[in-house]
Amino acid sequence: MQETTANKVAANATSSFTEHLQRDRPELLPYNRPFLVSETAGQPLQVPHATTIVAMTYAGGVVMAGDRRATMGNIIASRHIEKVFPADQYSVLGIAGTAGIAIDLTRLFQVELEHYEKIEGTLLSLDGKANRLGAMIRGNLAMAMQGLAVVPLFAGFDTAAQMGRLFSYDVTGGRYEEQEHHAVGSGSMFARGALKKLWRPNLAEDEAVSVAIESLYDAADDDSATGGPDPVRQLWPVVYTVNRAGARRVAERELAAVAGTIIEARAAARREA
Amino acid sequence: MTQQFYVSPEQLMKDRADFARKGIARGRSVVVVSCEDGIALVAENPSPSLHKIGEIYDKIAFAAVGKYNEFESLRQAGVRYADVRGYSYDREDVTARGLASVYAQSLGAVFTAEQKPFEVELAVAEVGASQDRDHLYRLTFDGSIADEQGFIVMGGQADKVSGAVETGWQRDLSFAAAIRLAVQGLVTDNESPDLPAKALEVALLDRGSESSRGTRRAFRRLSDADVMELLAEES
Repeated sequence: MQETTANKVAANATSSFTEHLQRDRPELLPYNRPFLVSETAGQPLQVPHATTIVAMTYAGGVVMAGDRRATMGNIIASRHIEKVFPADQYSVLGIAGTAGIAIDLTRLFQVELEHYEKIEGTLLSLDGKANRLGAMIRGNLAMAMQGLAVVPLFAGFDTAAQMGRLFSYDVTGGRYEEQEHHAVGSGSMFARGALKKLWRPNLAEDEAVSVAIESLYDAADDDSATGGPDPVRQLWPVVYTVNRAGARRVAERELAAVAGTIIEARAAARREA
Repeated sequence: MTQQFYVSPEQLMKDRADFARKGIARGRSVVVVSCEDGIALVAENPSPSLHKIGEIYDKIAFAAVGKYNEFESLRQAGVRYADVRGYSYDREDVTARGLASVYAQSLGAVFTAEQKPFEVELAVAEVGASQDRDHLYRLTFDGSIADEQGFIVMGGQADKVSGAVETGWQRDLSFAAAIRLAVQGLVTDNESPDLPAKALEVALLDRGSESSRGTRRAFRRLSDADVMELLAEES
């Protein structure tokens, strides 16, 4: 009798918000809704897709940047969308793929980390956070099979190891630690190419921000689904840095200056690329 | 077959209430003070890891006296309630009033229906944009709820402590002054005349967390060093 009570209490003790929802409010999970499109196979659902995210390490942390475009087929669904979010004090995530589900997953992930922190009184380790995100992406696998995939990029400052780390994921939730730099989304190939030439070890923070914006510029140059810096509307990529002091969103003013310098340099070079 | 003796409902409730009061009176006190800079929560608690004060949500904190396992389960339930609500509606829609009424209902249900009542007393505090919009709720073991102004004192010798806090309380206290006031109150039920920072658990709900620390989460736990510094500061 006592044994079963103890077991029950232990089984009910969870620090995970997702587990709590799964048990008590499954309808609130972004990937648990019944979805009946598969019979009408053929045309994939026309929904906004978020595109390119780049991230890289620099001396003392990581930087992550995302462009501001969402596309729906050949239509630009949004010029203002933000795809890089702070996950908690020491980590950020960027999302590519189906925007609606990705934004909900991000919200869930943010609550998940804060919930753990409040229940346990300590922060999750960076690996712990990365694993939780992987589990959420795996939860979305059924939707991914129907064309509604979400692929995040996760970066954070490991307070134990005192360094910035990057993690990429596949649609099955597989988690891969990346070295130096990485990119996801439709323009990632071009961004990756730019990163390979621009990134070098021990960049300073402002140099890393500049490299991130320039690689997104190159991605936008060749990928129609990625938006470049937009001086007309004064729209710049969303850039976060994470270091020992925590995550910080780079101010619009700084971004405008960096983007301005890059555009000027490209114009002055008078070359095709 | 044994037959149960008849016990009148009045007697039954009185016995339960006495039982709960006895349990609560054994514990050390907790003081929650609303002040100019926000809300200060101060508890006498020698353990650095078993907290009596906790964060519930952006602007909401929790403080408790009584049995640890009972108020800890209530705290966790509160965090779940707030997180589910904030996730399914919006962060703004999580209020201390909603949380306090859920607590009142659960405490009331346990008091009447369970084998034994919870031996706890809770405070739910919400910091507002201005001091007039601060909310302090006190919840007792039987599910009664009271909306308090200025400060809450709970626990063992609450009357004595409360007297000391009441004489010193003003609207425009700073955090440092509010913490000092709470400590002055807490020492009145103590044998030794002063409390070392190690024996205190102090947390703040910062009114200006957005502007000063760039976070909407107002709750901040103070380390022993911070507490020592604030207590040493001259008023």
